[in-house]
Amino acid sequence: MGSIVGILGYRRGAIPGFGITLGTTLMWLGLVVLIPLAALFLKTTELTFDQFIAVITSRRTQHALVLSFGLSFAAALANLVLGPVVAWALVRYRFPGRRLLDAIVDIPFALPTAVAGIALTTLYAESGWIGQVLASFGIKVAFTPLGILVALVFIGLPFVVRTVQPVLEDIDDELEEAAASLGAGRWMTVRRVVFPTILPALLTGFTLAFARAVGEYGSVIFIAGNLPNYSEIAPLLIVIRLQEFRYADAAAIAVVMLVASFLFLFIINGLQRWSELRTGTRQ
Amino acid sequence: MRISVVDVVKRFGNFTALDHVRLEVRSGELLALLGPSGSGKTTLLRIVAGLDWPDEGEVQFDGEDALSRPVGQRNVGFVFQHYALFRHMTVFENVAFGLRAKPRAERPSESEIRDRVEKLLDLVHLRWLAERYPTQLSGGQRQRIALARALAIEPRVLLLDEPFGSLDAKVRKDLRRWLRNLHNEIHVTSILVTHDQEEALEVADRVVVMDKGRIEQTGTPQQVYDQPQTPFVHEFIGESIVLPVTVHGGEVQFAGRPIGIDPQGVAEGAATLFARPFNMTILPASAKADLEGVVKRIHGIGAARRVEIALGSEPAQTIVEVDALHDQQWCVGQLVGLQPEKYRLFSGLPKA
Amino acid sequence: MSTMPVAYRNQAMPVAASKHPAGAAGVVKQRTSGRVDVRADPAWVRMLVIASAVIFLGLFVVLPLVCVFTQAFAKGVDAYFAAIRSPDTLSAIRLTLLVATISVVANVVFGLIGAWAIAKFEFTGKNLLITLIELPFSVSPVIAGLVFVLLFGLQGYFGSWLAAHNIKIIFALPGIVLATIFVTFPFIIRELIPLMQQQGTEEEEAALSLGASGLTTFFRVTLSNVKWALLYGVLLCNARAMGEFGAVSVVSGHVRGETNTMPLHVEVLYDSYQFQAAFAVASLLALLALVTLVIKAVLETRLTEE
Repeated sequence: MGSIVGILGYRRGAIPGFGITLGTTLMWLGLVVLIPLAALFLKTTELTFDQFIAVITSRRTQHALVLSFGLSFAAALANLVLGPVVAWALVRYRFPGRRLLDAIVDIPFALPTAVAGIALTTLYAESGWIGQVLASFGIKVAFTPLGILVALVFIGLPFVVRTVQPVLEDIDDELEEAAASLGAGRWMTVRRVVFPTILPALLTGFTLAFARAVGEYGSVIFIAGNLPNYSEIAPLLIVIRLQEFRYADAAAIAVVMLVASFLFLFIINGLQRWSELRTGTRQ
Repeated sequence: MRISVVDVVKRFGNFTALDHVRLEVRSGELLALLGPSGSGKTTLLRIVAGLDWPDEGEVQFDGEDALSRPVGQRNVGFVFQHYALFRHMTVFENVAFGLRAKPRAERPSESEIRDRVEKLLDLVHLRWLAERYPTQLSGGQRQRIALARALAIEPRVLLLDEPFGSLDAKVRKDLRRWLRNLHNEIHVTSILVTHDQEEALEVADRVVVMDKGRIEQTGTPQQVYDQPQTPFVHEFIGESIVLPVTVHGGEVQFAGRPIGIDPQGVAEGAATLFARPFNMTILPASAKADLEGVVKRIHGIGAARRVEIALGSEPAQTIVEVDALHDQQWCVGQLVGLQPEKYRLFSGLPKA
Repeated sequence: MSTMPVAYRNQAMPVAASKHPAGAAGVVKQRTSGRVDVRADPAWVRMLVIASAVIFLGLFVVLPLVCVFTQAFAKGVDAYFAAIRSPDTLSAIRLTLLVATISVVANVVFGLIGAWAIAKFEFTGKNLLITLIELPFSVSPVIAGLVFVLLFGLQGYFGSWLAAHNIKIIFALPGIVLATIFVTFPFIIRELIPLMQQQGTEEEEAALSLGASGLTTFFRVTLSNVKWALLYGVLLCNARAMGEFGAVSVVSGHVRGETNTMPLHVEVLYDSYQFQAAFAVASLLALLALVTLVIKAVLETRLTEE
């Protein structure tokens, strides 16, 4: 124990319990998180490389992955546009019901996904309140990819709003006043002064919404219709493979999802750091 | 209780915080560890307390090895710079904490605890705050409660880490005086860490001056002020005039000219002259003193007047500040002589 | 409840974004001379933005929520309570409560231990450790269930060993608990770490110097100092644990009356076209969500006060 502790660069001090608390934490982390995740990667090694490629490039798998990532991207994009609008209204204006609106933003966080799933399905089905209206325009939402998109927008909604809100609140009044005093119109001030300041937060919110959407299951499978090669999301395909006892295939798809998500997060984090440096929010 | 620190070394990576430090703390004395930040004084205090551990060396309490015990068993009372009062407990509960934390066998009864806490709060004159929370107290009050809390466990030594550092000047002065009186009453061996020399000189029985992990000098406040043994101590304590000179052929020279003072046994070569501003006399040019300079500036008023005199010529010019006697009048640009009355000579050049 | 965006918090504590009282950024601030605030947006912009926000949220959030309750009571109050009192529903509620309790307790214990290790000591690899702890947030719930099936399922790595010893993990309570603990793993510890780091070690050092043991110091000093953050974490953890669907769905086996939690039971009812019953049970979960949000708001004000 002493040498391991030494390697970690731990210096003895008065506070007791380093060894035992760190050890326990690592053990707990290993047992609950790391070993299970390792099992995932281990399982994929049961496939030969060719088999692995076959699984992830099969038409059905490809379609599911593209659908999941594509729609998640689109949903996060939608939130990227509408989120700041909501945040602006909540931060900059005073109107009756503002606090209520603020509380409402948290609901997609708190609501269990299955509840959201059946509610959205009922709402957007052709007999539902919204579904009826859209049907009269010939738009079908439930049981199509469009329905999936709606569900993903729902669950991603709070992410962008909540990451942008504090940044908006903290913007120094004087920045905008300075811009105004130099003759900038309101729109120009917002575009050139406010927007760059919230850009890193926007990207963070986008990333979080996207990451969440990719893995989403409960709110989507009710409204999706789940037809292979049409409205089947990747998580569902994994479940189906599991039920078919094709464990290794399921693991393969899961691995691809995880790796792709991590890669994407990595890129977005890089983008975010770049924008923070450019706009001076991080030195 | 006597404390012995023997050859203690402490390193943080490449940085040596304590370099073979040896110290004896006498029983019942109030000792100040004085030095600039980075001198190692707080590190030393924390090692004595048991909040940190040395890489080498020993610490002994009354001859017994203290390092073999954790902080809770050394019976030390530690007062933190930022008080470290338990924010979720009342003042009373804070002071009672040490008593209530004792193992069942040694724990006094609740009524006895109540008694002792009230006596301690009386000692610090804050009994009326017993039910308040730390956030409701002023800085000075918090510090006194922190002290009461440390005293509750009847420690063998009191360790204070810059206790008045975060307080206003006036509060600091009052508390300083109050601490000294308290010590006179209870006579617990105490070690006080401070960077404020006025504080150390005013409060302590003995002062230990530290710099860069080493002890420069140990002595009473008087000794440390009147008889500084190293350039650092001379400069750190009180004000100093610093003059680079040369010892050549048994004489002390400035700018090539002998200035007629005793070399005090300093070896040949570069040396530095240290004196207090009030230990140099300014003489009119007619007195033909060996050390001459030009008045550059006069500032202050009355007895606190200071005369800035430029000695030597460019590029090796040195400017010194000397106290002007009450009845002397000098003008800028005047040529004057300087006579060191009392001074110390050290080998080597002054640090930049 | 799903991931809270990490960046939305200020460094020390999770706080509701809209904590500033009215006046932080007014619409038309009347300065003493009566001139208009240069930061005010034109009235039409204001209308448009507010209307957009209201419509967006109303459409996407309020309507679904309302829908849950109208559907639940579509056949009247009696039918509502009948659905809730059905044996399968009651057993689903029991299971949900049991799983949530176990998960919360486990995460509190290990969360406190982990936060102590991370916040009170300096060592290399801390950032890596924190990243690993937050891994479950980036993993799809289905994958969270999958990994346990891979380990403990019939064809999993330990499947045959478990079958030989007649131990059921997948398709039984232990599996559901494991999957739930996985998805809620970081919730409590990540509320504790920033706060404990901010509070530092001085109070603990003071307690130790006064003779308190490590455990006494932890319980009497550290725990009181983090109690609101701990409660906040418990709240989020509980809400997520009760509402978790994907992970539990994979490990559960969907045996009515035995291994169905409330969200799974909702699915079962819905898939068998018992819509009103499904929404009735869903309404309980929705109520849970609303109560959680209310308590969260209260705790957030407490946390900002600290």
